[in-house]
Amino acid sequence: MTLALRLLATGVRDVGRRRWLLAYGLFYVALTDALYRFGGTGARTVLSLANVVLSLVPLVSLLFGTMYLYHAREFIQMILAQPVSRRAVFIGLYGGLVIPLAGSFLIGVGIPLAWHGALSDAPVAVVVTLGTGMALSLVFTGLAFVIALAFHDRAVGLGAAILAWLTATVLYDGLVLIGVVLLRDYPLERPLIAVMLINPVDLGRILLLLQFDLGALAGYTGAVFEHFFGAAEGSLWSSVALLAWIVAPWRLGLRQFVRKDF
Amino acid sequence: MTADLSSPMIEIAGLTKRFDRTAVLAGLDASIARGRVTALVGPNAAGKSTLLKCLLGLARPDSGTIHIAGLRVTSDPVYRRAIGYMPQRAAFPENLTGEEAIALLREVRGPGAAIDFELIERFGLARELRKRVHAMSGGTRQKLNAVAAYLFRPSLLILDEPSAGLDPVANAILKQKILDTKQRGATHLITSHVLSELEELADDVLFVIDGGVRFSGSLDTLRHATGEGRLERAVGALMAGAAS
Repeated sequence: MTLALRLLATGVRDVGRRRWLLAYGLFYVALTDALYRFGGTGARTVLSLANVVLSLVPLVSLLFGTMYLYHAREFIQMILAQPVSRRAVFIGLYGGLVIPLAGSFLIGVGIPLAWHGALSDAPVAVVVTLGTGMALSLVFTGLAFVIALAFHDRAVGLGAAILAWLTATVLYDGLVLIGVVLLRDYPLERPLIAVMLINPVDLGRILLLLQFDLGALAGYTGAVFEHFFGAAEGSLWSSVALLAWIVAPWRLGLRQFVRKDF
Repeated sequence: MTADLSSPMIEIAGLTKRFDRTAVLAGLDASIARGRVTALVGPNAAGKSTLLKCLLGLARPDSGTIHIAGLRVTSDPVYRRAIGYMPQRAAFPENLTGEEAIALLREVRGPGAAIDFELIERFGLARELRKRVHAMSGGTRQKLNAVAAYLFRPSLLILDEPSAGLDPVANAILKQKILDTKQRGATHLITSHVLSELEELADDVLFVIDGGVRFSGSLDTLRHATGEGRLERAVGALMAGAAS
């Protein structure tokens, strides 16, 4: 474990010095500040921010995660030639990327919200927004590792990452809606809840919008989720499912990493 | 555990590795003697890189066994304490300085590891190591890879195209380092497409083709067997023999 933490610290140092990470954090500072200035109250700002967070965090995590791993291929080979376990190297690589990514989001969004007083206006919404953004960073960085480890070819891996993002943010809800229309004569509430758990972006969306009592704005699935569970229970279940979404790609990525020929 | 100094440094038995349906290594048997420099040669796609990856634990064989310094190569990384590896291309994260890269390796190896900074002095690398890797030239990065390979006084050095990117002076320094560490008993396994360089250094030759060993023995034996005085021509004769 100590070795993993040392590798993690090295990763944080390496990624933390990259200019794109600074640009990523500054973008959130500018966006959050602008939304607050033009949007008015803390709750409205956070609601506007949520829509950006739900699209941008998965996209950045997927793209930078896959590129990072492809770019680190020679380093991975070199470090695996040392007397160190693959598990430790994987933990170091994942943590070394996800901590700066999630940290950049946390600081970029958190500081403007704090200086505009949003924490006193809408404290729960702010905490849930920051928590969801960080959770999505963990989920999609894990998925990026799964993709980069599955495809040897860099171009194919990046294409798969973009397709995964498009599916999670756009295609999935559309396909669900088409399915609902086609099967409208059947009772679909329970199956739909199961279907929702498959998409971490939908989970994040529900989690955020339930804070504003606006689950119905999260599309058909969100309305069903709010109706079925009620706001409090819905938040709990979507949090648990999101946690599972963090663990599952991580475990799958670790399994791939341990077995892969580099 | 004390190693038997009369036993080979590397023993490979029945090594097979397939990618999809292609057998890249097909039941390869080989033995690398201790304290000698062995040139691993063969045509493109012969299986040299895959063999090195199997030795380093980067690729998992489908069958067969490898022993390095008496330890069976498995998923347990402990056997790699004996190995220093110099990759063909730059390996360290670009935003680390050279000093940080070396510090990382020292942390990975632990506080008890013996340290050899000689190459830093011989290459005149001390100032360059304060730069981040992305600001280093290709040659300096390769020097850093060489420093990393010899840093812990390993008993086995695996050098993959070590002269790639090195200027003639640095190349001469590295060759001298190879000879010096060989004098101290270290074993070297070197791949290079520059056979004239290998000829200067190698005691033994392991010629691999089609995933198997076509020749394994001393350079003199190879010269005698092929009737060729130069390694390049001798290897050419082996390849011609394999094709016919």
